[in-house]
Amino acid sequence: MTQKTISIECLRYSPETDSEPRTRTYEVPFNDEMSVLEGLQYIKDHLDGSLTFRWSCRMAICGSCGSMVNGVPVLSCETFLRNYYPGKIRVEPLNHLPIVRDLAVDQTDFLGKLESVKPYLISKNIPQNKTYLQTPEQMDEYYQYSQCINCLLCYAACPQYGLNSSFTGPAALALLHRYNADSRDEGKAERMEVVNAEDGVWGCTLVGYCSEVCPKAVDPARAINQNKIESTKDYFLRFLKK
Amino acid sequence: MKTYSRPMAGWWRRNPYYLWYMLREASCIFITAYALVLLAGLARLAQGEAAFQAWLESLSGPGSLAFHAAALILVLYHAWTWFKVMPKTLPFIRFGGRRVPDAAIVSIGVASAAAASTALFVAIGWFGLWSVQ
Repeated sequence: MTQKTISIECLRYSPETDSEPRTRTYEVPFNDEMSVLEGLQYIKDHLDGSLTFRWSCRMAICGSCGSMVNGVPVLSCETFLRNYYPGKIRVEPLNHLPIVRDLAVDQTDFLGKLESVKPYLISKNIPQNKTYLQTPEQMDEYYQYSQCINCLLCYAACPQYGLNSSFTGPAALALLHRYNADSRDEGKAERMEVVNAEDGVWGCTLVGYCSEVCPKAVDPARAINQNKIESTKDYFLRFLKK
Repeated sequence: MKTYSRPMAGWWRRNPYYLWYMLREASCIFITAYALVLLAGLARLAQGEAAFQAWLESLSGPGSLAFHAAALILVLYHAWTWFKVMPKTLPFIRFGGRRVPDAAIVSIGVASAAAASTALFVAIGWFGLWSVQ
């Protein structure tokens, strides 16, 4: 039996020599078990050692290998070459994020936003030397949001972020909600400034594609729209509190 | 660090999901136009029977019928898109200790809208409002 091969077209960008990205196509032998990430690794090992891309765990946990495959943001480790054969595959860096080199994007902007939402428990009453009790129902309020792996597929899916990178964006707002929805947390008031800002939840027009592409079913669109309600309540209740 | 940012021009044509989103957003133009036609009808009604009749007749042309057909399809699509995202706008709803699945919330919303619309049509048919001349 002859080995099947598939064409993988990669976006290439070298900041030293290129003024804009170019594409290069590689013919990659593959079998049914090979992921797109393994295809890229084959290219790097056998065809072109200069191809740059991020990866680590190979099992959809680390969130490093996000890329656009035929225009759709996916984790390349859980996307299989067989699903595209005999068609071509076009692999590009995640949309809406600046390209550092080839398929690697600059994550600096997201990391700043992540920090701004204070993604940690804020509590003055942490019980000392005993368990922090929480009912399954209380845990269910935030659990799905805690599954975020910061892979940035949702940013690549969000045209509002692409058009205005000041928008806090899906993953950071989902993680903000993850802590606000946690019964142990008392930091909601500190996070409201981010929620209420022009570039906070109101930068979202509910395109909804972020939740479609999320590999962990976090549903960032839901987190954001829950906080539109919170922001509205916060705005009107201010007048009552005065 | 030198980076390259790709242009956004034509972003909504790059993925069918964005096309459907843009159709949802664009449908509001037809919905607004339809509301304005209805408002014009109300203004004509206030001016008297002759004015209202003239308005009714102006709606019977093929252009008007085509517009109303397009507006109806787009209103239905617009409504469907909002029912589809309805669970995202609600806190988790629990019933018997379990979270009500999103699909159930969407189905209940669509079924309620369909039942209300049917009831309205039946009421219109029953009371003969359809034949107001």
